[in-house]
Amino acid sequence: MPNTEPTTGRRGLIRALLRTGFGASLVSFLYPAMKFMMPPPVAESAANQVSAGRADLKPNSARLFRFGSKPALLVRTPAGEMRAFSAVCTHLNCTVQYNDQSHQIWCACHNGQFDLNGKVVAGPPPRPLEQFTVHVQGEEVIVAKG
Amino acid sequence: MLKRVTDWLEDRTGFDSVREFLKHKTVPIHSATVWYYFGGITLFLFVIQVLTGMLLLLYYRPTPGEAFESVQFIVTQVQFGWLVRSIHSWSANLMVLSALIHMFSVFFLKAYRQPRELTWLSGMVLLFLALMFGFSGYLLPWNTLAFFATKVGTDMAGVIPGVGHFVLRFLRGGEEVTGATLTRFFGFHVAVLPGLTTVLLLFHLALVQKWGMSSHQPPGTTVPTMPFFPNFVLRELVGWYGALAVLGSLAALFPWELGTKADPFAAAPRGIHPEWYFLAVFYTLKLIPSKILVFDGEVVGILVFGLGALGWMLMPFWDRRSGGEERHRLLTGLGVFVIAYLVVFSALGYWR
Amino acid sequence: MKSRWWILVAALAVPLAAQTAKNTCVECHAALDGALAKPAQLFDRDIHKKNGFSCVDCHGGDPSTEDPTKSMNRARGFVGKISRRDAPARCGRCHSDANLMHRFEPQQRVDQLAQYRTSVHGKRLAAGDTRVANCVDCHSVHDIRAVRDAESPVHPLRLPETCARCHADAEHMKGYKIPTDQFEKYRKSVHWDALAKRGDLSAPSCATCHGNHGAAPPGVASVARVCGSCHVVFENLFAKSPHRKPFDSMGLAGCVVCHSNHEIAPPTVAMVGTAPCAVCLNCHGEGDKGYQAAARMRSRIDELEGSLKRADSILRQAESSGMEVSQPLLDLGAGNENLVKAKVDLHSFDPAMVDTAVSKGLEIGQAAQRAGEKAMVERDYRRKGLALSLVTIAVTMAGLWLAVREIDRRRNHT
Repeated sequence: MPNTEPTTGRRGLIRALLRTGFGASLVSFLYPAMKFMMPPPVAESAANQVSAGRADLKPNSARLFRFGSKPALLVRTPAGEMRAFSAVCTHLNCTVQYNDQSHQIWCACHNGQFDLNGKVVAGPPPRPLEQFTVHVQGEEVIVAKG
Repeated sequence: MLKRVTDWLEDRTGFDSVREFLKHKTVPIHSATVWYYFGGITLFLFVIQVLTGMLLLLYYRPTPGEAFESVQFIVTQVQFGWLVRSIHSWSANLMVLSALIHMFSVFFLKAYRQPRELTWLSGMVLLFLALMFGFSGYLLPWNTLAFFATKVGTDMAGVIPGVGHFVLRFLRGGEEVTGATLTRFFGFHVAVLPGLTTVLLLFHLALVQKWGMSSHQPPGTTVPTMPFFPNFVLRELVGWYGALAVLGSLAALFPWELGTKADPFAAAPRGIHPEWYFLAVFYTLKLIPSKILVFDGEVVGILVFGLGALGWMLMPFWDRRSGGEERHRLLTGLGVFVIAYLVVFSALGYWR
Repeated sequence: MKSRWWILVAALAVPLAAQTAKNTCVECHAALDGALAKPAQLFDRDIHKKNGFSCVDCHGGDPSTEDPTKSMNRARGFVGKISRRDAPARCGRCHSDANLMHRFEPQQRVDQLAQYRTSVHGKRLAAGDTRVANCVDCHSVHDIRAVRDAESPVHPLRLPETCARCHADAEHMKGYKIPTDQFEKYRKSVHWDALAKRGDLSAPSCATCHGNHGAAPPGVASVARVCGSCHVVFENLFAKSPHRKPFDSMGLAGCVVCHSNHEIAPPTVAMVGTAPCAVCLNCHGEGDKGYQAAARMRSRIDELEGSLKRADSILRQAESSGMEVSQPLLDLGAGNENLVKAKVDLHSFDPAMVDTAVSKGLEIGQAAQRAGEKAMVERDYRRKGLALSLVTIAVTMAGLWLAVREIDRRRNHT
């Protein structure tokens, strides 16, 4: 029956198909685009600096924080100065910690010891810990690379 | 009320003539009509590039310290960021591919002949701009692969006799690939190239409207046609949706990898190769011996490629027959040879 | 008062005067052939020359006259070639003098000669064996450089080769009844890798374990101490371990029993356990307590390693599919830390201690695994989203195609 006029039903079907198709396409373009434009909860890319939390650290103590994809250590020296280091031990990548008895940074894995300038004092680490610069902005500690 | 608004607009713009024009515009029907769609698909992909590019600009930062991290931020933190970035990368490649198909179909249909010389010429420049888009965009994520590919690519520009060193310094913003290069490439990618492309694209499209599509028949013969709107437009839309399906699948199933952050002081990793559309040239230059007679092999290679591209671009001026009807065995053979060469050498460049 | 002032000026002027005053030793010897000319040529680069010393300070004689019968007159204090036997004492004239050394190298020790006399080299020399090393064999002669100078044969990077000049020479070592393959073995060790390939100058070379001037093999009892001077944790664990007593009573030298001495390969998990290549089997046999402990520690470590690897691979897979898994990947680092700890605690040879670290690590590994699985679910969710949008696209394309056909048909009718 190729010569019969298309029924209104068929034309209606085509129109419905097209409408839903275009409508759905529009939604599927706009929805991701709108979502993309909304700033994510972590407002900035962790490039060269990161917040290490509040500046309420007691002297002679330390706190681990996240710098990019690696752990870092914020130390407040007994004299009250803030310093920050990469917390990744240069020996086998264990996470280092602060020892408030010896005032040193210490790696539990192989007893590597670093002084509060990041230099190796004892044990197997071949290189000093990378040191970051610390800025205290009001209540917040900002740690930056380089 | 609505009528008054449209009348007012009509009075001020004269868009009615455009509507009139579209109403009467027809597209010839013949066995090769299907190849017409690739021009439209290229246009569609370009629009996608502009839109996704604008989105990426909301978060991207063009400095060596932050470029990689900001792209990482886009793909991991921003909602649908992975999709937008992946679509931008895939669409770029599909756009170059569809532009190449468009060019070769025009070539084989001899549609570049009089009076469409300028359409061909502007199209070739647009293709060149698309390649520049790809080359500059490749560096922006500042990953290892891109860094070294850019180094090799700009090195090649550096061996052009006479102006080579100037071009190299111009592209790199210095003697080496550094943060200055990134800043420049970013500028090229989001300002210079889009501007040039838009102007040329409008020119190209205007010429297509002026001369219509080539009928692939001797002048004077009547060819069956279909109306541009809605018949051809609806068909074109089918093609666009098809391209969208391919693009979406590629982007979702094979998200574009980010790799590792570039380290300018590291040794070049093994298996560095540029984007696929530069592979054939890249591999050929690798094969050329370092000395041909008394000339530097690389210089000879680049000159040959440059002259070849120029000759190809000026095709309409030395194939001076008019219309699309007359066959030209030698040229068709040349086209087949060029395609075979590009395919074989790209494959060799990829796997070797 | 006045006369004292003149003495001070004279003392400071001595090295300066030697540099500027005529030195006929160099003048004549430089004009001679071969071996007699060499010292004069080499001495230009010598640290002693830079500090103002000259030939006569070791060899005696009178450099101010060109008449050889006067300048090299033994009656006037000329010593000439210094015998191998006398060399250490000759160097010690200055190097054991704290007052003198203080003027040039205030930080340098002055006990080298005393140490040398306690070394195997020194004792043998005293007994009349002149083939053993004395000062100049290691520090070279006439072109002696500071130890920190990279060209010095005793610079950390060059020391192993310097020792090997004699100790790897089978001909030279004939009669001493010690092996000559130490250097060859050391070059396969993790310590050589650290020193030569990674350029870590604090990595141990020969002298770190054997001493330099007092060079001697460490006794059986002190091996663990020597290793423990760097590997502190291991020394402590080993001291408390059940191996300590039996090793002592059997005369086995601690660390070396499993790790060997010169050819210390990077340790692997394969060394532990009951597989044929495990070092435990050298002493332990099937059924005894140590055999069971070895099997258990190995299986626990393998369990943790496997768990961490699985978690890592699923997280990487999720990451490459564009999933945000940086936090679990970071947490997984703590899991690896526990794996490193378990491998350290192994040296207590107490399975319970290994268990503690392994259990902590397993917990982290499992959490990361769960995070990875969750991310993969999210990925599948995205794929469903893709499927849905593909269906939409297909529907639209079908609609478009039907519309095209309908339009074409209508046109054919008119």
